Amino acid sequence: MTLSEEELAEELTGDLGRAPSRLRVVAGRFFRSPQGLVGFAVLALMFLLAFVGPLFSRWSYTDKDFTAFLQPPSAQHWFGTLQTGADVYAVTLRGMQKSLIVGLLAALVSTAVAAVVGAFSGYFLGWTDRALSWITDLLLVLPAFLILAIMSPLFGAGQWVLFVIMLALFLWMVTSKIVRGMTISLKEREYIQAARFMGVPPVRIIFRHVIPNLSSLLIVDATLNVSAAILTETSLSYFGFGIQPPDVSFGTLIADGSRTAVYAPWTFWFVAGLLVVTVLAVNLIGDALRDAFDPAARR
Amino acid sequence: MRPAANPVLEVSDLHVSFGDVRAVRGVSYSVSPGEVLGIVGESGSGKSVTSAAVMGLLPPSARVTGSVRLHGKELVGAPERELTRFRGKTVSMVFQDPLSALTPVYRVGDQIAEAVRVHQRVSKENAAVKAVELLELVGIPSPSERALAFPHEFSGGMRQRVMIAMAIANDPDVIICDEPTTALDVTIQAQVLEVLKKAQRETGAAIIMITHDLGVVAGFADRVLVMYAGRPVEVGDVDDIYYRMRMPYTAGLLASIPRVDRGGRQPLVPIAGNPPSPAALPPGCPFAPRCPLKIDACDEAEPPLFDVGVGHRAACIRWEVVRPEAPGRHAALEPVAPAVRGEQTVLEVDGLVKDFPLLKGALFKRRVGTVHAVAGVSFDIRRGETLGLVGESGSGKTTTLTQILELVPPQEGRVVVLGRDTARLDGAERTAVRRDMQVVFQDPMASLDPRMTVYDILAEPLRTHGQRRPARRVGELLALVGLDPAHAARYPQDFSGGQRQRIGIARALALEPRLLVLDEPVSALDVSIQAGVINLLGSLRDRLGLSYLFVAHDLAVVRYIADRVAVMYLGRIAEIGQVDAVYGAPAHPYTQALLSAIPLPDPARERVRERILLEGDLPSPAHPPTGCRFRTRCPKFRSVLTDDERALCVGVEPEVLPVADDQGAACHYAERLDVV
Repeated sequence: MTLSEEELAEELTGDLGRAPSRLRVVAGRFFRSPQGLVGFAVLALMFLLAFVGPLFSRWSYTDKDFTAFLQPPSAQHWFGTLQTGADVYAVTLRGMQKSLIVGLLAALVSTAVAAVVGAFSGYFLGWTDRALSWITDLLLVLPAFLILAIMSPLFGAGQWVLFVIMLALFLWMVTSKIVRGMTISLKEREYIQAARFMGVPPVRIIFRHVIPNLSSLLIVDATLNVSAAILTETSLSYFGFGIQPPDVSFGTLIADGSRTAVYAPWTFWFVAGLLVVTVLAVNLIGDALRDAFDPAARR
Repeated sequence: MRPAANPVLEVSDLHVSFGDVRAVRGVSYSVSPGEVLGIVGESGSGKSVTSAAVMGLLPPSARVTGSVRLHGKELVGAPERELTRFRGKTVSMVFQDPLSALTPVYRVGDQIAEAVRVHQRVSKENAAVKAVELLELVGIPSPSERALAFPHEFSGGMRQRVMIAMAIANDPDVIICDEPTTALDVTIQAQVLEVLKKAQRETGAAIIMITHDLGVVAGFADRVLVMYAGRPVEVGDVDDIYYRMRMPYTAGLLASIPRVDRGGRQPLVPIAGNPPSPAALPPGCPFAPRCPLKIDACDEAEPPLFDVGVGHRAACIRWEVVRPEAPGRHAALEPVAPAVRGEQTVLEVDGLVKDFPLLKGALFKRRVGTVHAVAGVSFDIRRGETLGLVGESGSGKTTTLTQILELVPPQEGRVVVLGRDTARLDGAERTAVRRDMQVVFQDPMASLDPRMTVYDILAEPLRTHGQRRPARRVGELLALVGLDPAHAARYPQDFSGGQRQRIGIARALALEPRLLVLDEPVSALDVSIQAGVINLLGSLRDRLGLSYLFVAHDLAVVRYIADRVAVMYLGRIAEIGQVDAVYGAPAHPYTQALLSAIPLPDPARERVRERILLEGDLPSPAHPPTGCRFRTRCPKFRSVLTDDERALCVGVEPEVLPVADDQGAACHYAERLDVV
């Protein structure tokens, strides 16, 4: 295409409006729905709080105030202090950084793996299916918790990426089985046939037609996985695996806080409250995304 | 035939609404014993809701007002217990889908016996005997054995016969048939209609025939009621409706259907626009926005039914000026010049064979048989030509189609697409051929990805074949098929069926293909919409120089659009040739039967037509008969041929041999005959 032709094409694009591709339409619909907007705003606020918040506090999460053990919130310590004299505001935000990243990433990775593995084995069947199903079944029977516990020494400082991958690795199998089943029935639909006869390569059919048509399921799954990942991380950390001290996460904080929650509620309720708000925001986003993807949900 | 003094069923001013949606708005009719009333309308016109309201079968959320009187007894608002006494005894019903209307876990005989015992005090044994009698009456061979079979062992046509047997089990006064033959093939439809006529003679019942097929009604009904947007718009004797219609909608409907008895290529007259949604009706006459005769007064108020003749009423303020739009039979048919076939062959299929294994067992699959779906099919398509591939379900036309579209080496035989043999294609060549051969599917909803915008759907083939900026072409394509380019951001579900099919056609045309494979492209559309799509296909072919492989079961549509036609039966081609030759003088007994089975929307001709009825169902493609595949159902084999001649049919499978210039038939005793 020569330059002038390209310019001409550009001009003609103009009178059709901007190319109304799926991505743009979905994004537009997502931000037009109040739930999506609220959820997105709240989650953005949480991120802002987690990463910018610590800058406004005099205390860092490693600091100990030896003049204030287990004190209620005050002007000095906004969320109060722990038994060790650590500032609750500082450690909570530090924990939130870890949990937000671990939770969201683990959920996204596990859902993505589930979608890809399920769709590939359902679409190609045959040997692809047999190999992928074998891996899925193997991971299903492995005791996830035990393996994570054994591997926990590896999750030292800065190794949170490995932790995310391991968490995700044990979350995707059931969803991928569902995706596989749905793909098999979807494959017979005429629009998939149409794309095939058009000459669209199989991998692109999977990403363009199969997975978007399973988006309702996948988004619900991802939303649930966020909570599941945060909770798995919490329970691992509770038992002393997972995030290692001096680093903290929502899990270690809740584990510690639950012991003192009765007589020093600030050690527990701030963390718990933020966890609830995060999960709620993720659910709102999930609902709004599902509606935005589903052309039938508008009316 | 005038309605007798005391009608069996009288419906007056029936209204049905679901919430705010008024599905039926003031339907009135009456039927007398022995009378057949046809109710005709497109989908969404309220015809099925009307009959469900008569039977009291609507969900509780529906609000029914008006009056339905059966032998003078009011049914609207009657207690359920009373309605149960009527249902099945005085009024019975035949549904569209015979598979879901029978309980799969009970024997057929028991189900009929149950229908008898619900309303009559007879012993189990007597009911069973009666069931066998009824099965015999509706023409089920060896009824006493078949009564012990389960529904899944019956074919669609046989199941519908069983439904009719159940409907007449208690000698009803009214039989309501809701699209009884829509799900069936033409030859089976002809059989079932014969059975219905016989059932009516036996019981003397009144029949209410609900259908969208104007042909079925023409030969069967005495009176016709045309419904549009929940209201009757024209009522009258069948001849009045077909020859002296006074409502533009009826005239438009009749002008928009392609007819199997009409050659030549005068364009069909589609009705503009789409039927209104019952939730948003226009202020005046509901048909006004689509009406060619519309004047300002039409928008003022909904017209009542005017008396326009004896027993003939039409809801149009301009009824005096309405004239039939359609010319008479062959009126516009100028002598067709013998078509010269193009030079360049775009598709050549030679001796194509495709078998499917029948497997059994869950863990270790073993082969227990072979389904011979396609058993040696040969045809070719030249540039600019349209080949119609017709056949009933199970004839192998879809398998043939997929074999061509897959572009993989065939099991046996040869497929050459645009000069390239599919057996010797590598990856890059296959992609190149795909670019030149595109497909349009039957169901316009299923063939468009519901999660993609129209823009993305149309851009997909362009992007696949390396066009980076598809926006301009997408706009062009939408304009080409008569849609507004500004609608590109919408999803397929925001469009009506006809518009969706246009999007499907636009997608197929995106890459400027040379061969278009059309798989029943109009059979899922309403009559008034269908004509528009057919016209579009015709004009696109002429403008863009396309070749079509047009697969359909509707022979009238094929006659209209195709240059040549191939009739398939049980995996083989029975007859192939130039359209007017095959339709005008079919040589194969199967083609003759197929053509004579199609009902014409022409009451006078329907009454005098002789049908060639085929016996029984299509044999299983797993065990085709020896020799000629058609001989088990062939009327000629049964009654015309001598034993010596039959030996040839049993022993030797006939090849397609020429019987005329461009017409060949696979019959040892082919003989050309006018049957339409």
